[in-house]
Amino acid sequence: MDALEIARWQFGITTVYHFMMVPLTIGLGLVVAVMQTVWHRTGNPAYLRMTKFWGKLFLINFIMGVATGIVQEFQFGMAWSEYSRFVGDVFGAPLALEALLAFFVESTFLGLWIFGWKQLKQGVHLACLWIAVVGSFFSAYFIIVANSWMQHPVGVTMIDGRPVMTDAWAVFTNNTALVAVPHTLFGALAVAGGFLLGIAWYHLWRRRRDGIDTVGADGKIIAGEAGIPGRDRTDYSVWIKSLRIGAVVAMISFAGTALTGDLQGKLMFEQQPMKMAAAEAACHDGTGFSVLSVGNVGSRNCDDIVALIEVPGILSYLAKGDFTTEVKGVNSLLDQYKADYGTHLPDNPIYGDRAGQEIEYVPVMEVTYWGFRAMIGFGGLAALAALVALWLTRKGTVPESRWLMRLAVFGILAPFGANAAGWIFTEMGRQPFVVAPNPDLNGIDQVFMFTAAAVSPGVSAGEILTSLIVLTLIYAVLLVVEVKLLVKYVRGGVASAMPELVHAPVDENEDATPRDGGPDKPGASDDVLAFAY
Amino acid sequence: MELLPTIWFIAIAVLWTGYLFLEGFDLGVGMLMKIFARNNTERRVLLNTIGPVWDGNEVWLLTAAGATFAAFPFWYASLFSALYLPLLLVLVSLIFRAVAFEYRGKVDTDRWRNTWDWAIAVGSFLAAFGVGAALGLTTTGLPLDANGDRNGGPFAWFSWYAVLGGLAVVGFALLHALAFLALKTDGDVRHRARQWFVRLLPVLLLPMAGWAIGVQVLSGKAWTLFVLAVAVVAAAVAWAQARKGNEGRAFLATGVFLLGGSASIFGAVFPVVLPSTIDPAFNLTIANASSSDYTLGLMSIVACVGLPLVIAYQAWTYWVFRRRVSAAHIPEAHSFLPAVAAKALIRKD
Repeated sequence: MDALEIARWQFGITTVYHFMMVPLTIGLGLVVAVMQTVWHRTGNPAYLRMTKFWGKLFLINFIMGVATGIVQEFQFGMAWSEYSRFVGDVFGAPLALEALLAFFVESTFLGLWIFGWKQLKQGVHLACLWIAVVGSFFSAYFIIVANSWMQHPVGVTMIDGRPVMTDAWAVFTNNTALVAVPHTLFGALAVAGGFLLGIAWYHLWRRRRDGIDTVGADGKIIAGEAGIPGRDRTDYSVWIKSLRIGAVVAMISFAGTALTGDLQGKLMFEQQPMKMAAAEAACHDGTGFSVLSVGNVGSRNCDDIVALIEVPGILSYLAKGDFTTEVKGVNSLLDQYKADYGTHLPDNPIYGDRAGQEIEYVPVMEVTYWGFRAMIGFGGLAALAALVALWLTRKGTVPESRWLMRLAVFGILAPFGANAAGWIFTEMGRQPFVVAPNPDLNGIDQVFMFTAAAVSPGVSAGEILTSLIVLTLIYAVLLVVEVKLLVKYVRGGVASAMPELVHAPVDENEDATPRDGGPDKPGASDDVLAFAY
Repeated sequence: MELLPTIWFIAIAVLWTGYLFLEGFDLGVGMLMKIFARNNTERRVLLNTIGPVWDGNEVWLLTAAGATFAAFPFWYASLFSALYLPLLLVLVSLIFRAVAFEYRGKVDTDRWRNTWDWAIAVGSFLAAFGVGAALGLTTTGLPLDANGDRNGGPFAWFSWYAVLGGLAVVGFALLHALAFLALKTDGDVRHRARQWFVRLLPVLLLPMAGWAIGVQVLSGKAWTLFVLAVAVVAAAVAWAQARKGNEGRAFLATGVFLLGGSASIFGAVFPVVLPSTIDPAFNLTIANASSSDYTLGLMSIVACVGLPLVIAYQAWTYWVFRRRVSAAHIPEAHSFLPAVAAKALIRKD
């Protein structure tokens, strides 16, 4: 492997990893904010417990997103310096604005939320969480604006061989971004939905197994109490509410991703036809959506691929909204790309050893074809499971089956898989370009960059390999630590996030937290530190 | 005179200074975890002084890097790729440090806490040193060719200025942290921090003074020499105020020292943003490294609105958490039972 391939692996690994933490942060943040709002409005102690419990898991996960996000920003300059020089005029701005307008907001107000339970008035404290959540949405927006510019460069003019921003409005309202943002946010919510559903299921199952909750003759739940802090009737209420919220969120977000994904498909058909064809491993022009294609999809050679089952018309619908438009296959697109962008990489030192090599315009179809299907499959599966879960729990609790409980817990992974598959598909489907040329009417066709030209020329393969190994190992270790902590806190239940349930008599009037801003009283520890590291 | 690139050069100098001012003390507090705090309670006192704010402070680094990317893409590309391995070390340090803050208290064993304490201390030290080395090098030069790429292999960036810059930021961060702890804690920690501050000030500020003087020798101007003199006076004031027990003034004076030192360094280098040690003709300057006026103009408008807002709400955060933390405030670590009921405890209604 040369520096380019190692750098690509590194970008892929660090990004997919970072984007395991991010959707959970975005989705769970919103859910927790809603829970706290309900508690604020109604004073129902179950919602305070939900806020504290899910908020704790949110924070354990949030920190990993923060820690891995810095790598993302630095590695453009470190490993992709030619890319940074080429796109800096237009691509740097959304990144800088993300930090300045969104991430500052998110980190600062989240700090206020974590530590400010007693220093701030209840309403102000709640507002801090909402501000942080909105900050995370804006964060997503700016990052996707940057990414969308790589998929669909707009708002620039080429000057001295570099794209120079001439229309910021076009960049920040890029239609690719406007549909990708809601798609990503719904994808994040799907993750949160599955997370709530799986964990709440586990706790309801646990309560039944421990004999706290029983089921009457009519199949209806009889919630009980155990003489252990935090395992009372309110606890039952916490989990059944969480489960239902999770299931509803999962279904709504799947519908949202489907609708926005449909819009994305139509843009992709115009903007990146080769990606569309590669998503289908469609070699020849046609209208059918492949349910199963066999042969060596990864060979990039069309003679090896046979579409076994095809539904006619569906591909046309995905691309254009009707059932008859011929969607161009790889074979006819290949000639077009060769004519427009050349058959060989130019003899320019910027391409290093790859200068003059033949250009491979077809993305790795094994990845695009299965990535596309994995995204839709995992997403749909999670939504279907959520529907089934609502049905199974209609009488107030989960079945006793251990097998179903495990399914619900491992089902948490499905929306994560859908998110990862979607991103891998959209990024690998863009190859061999890092900035994809757009043959559509609104695109600027001659703004593009081959990935082969983007890597840092002064950095050795050894250096990048070092960072790839170091980061991958650290990421693996930290994933184990994060999951272990999450499991520990999940098993601990609400009490793990609310020590006051264990150390003080349970008071149903849990919202009566003292909030006087008086002077320092000796020993009044709670006034200084509502939460302590 | 190139107005917008000049403004953005100043803006980036301000962002770096803001980063060193704010994260300076939380990096320093991190380093002090192992050399200053005597027991677990004191370590928790230290952590809780920076708990609500360190993450917001760290965003200054992201903003400085992002603004450099947007305003001077060639500077960002050359500096970050040339310093590949040192920046990898900074990233790894920041990852461990961030995770350690959050995870340290999550398992109630000495071994667990000790592991993360080391992560905080070493991570803070290496992050401070690495950022300092990068700043030291961008003000004194790297072996860059005509394309702005590093020549000479993975370690060609090394020069004694890297070490000096690294030590400068480590030293400043430690001192600033001592001033911060004297201001934010009570009891034994407060008094010891003030003692350490008075005793160590000359040693801890020496490397930054050395770096600033070195840059003056390389490319100093009359006004930057004057600003440097102001910084030295501020250091003396900080020392005198700390001796008198005026913790707030000592903290501010250390801040003025940083401001003066940083202004004298960035001012001396201007208009070069990254000198080439191979050939001055390859120097990156505000003219040849910057983005278009359109992009800089857009960024200026946003920054004029955004930056004061950031400063305002971050200042508010410090106001909300203004009260001193002392050992008496630290609650006992709580361990919790897994929510698994022993059958005997269950009562059925």
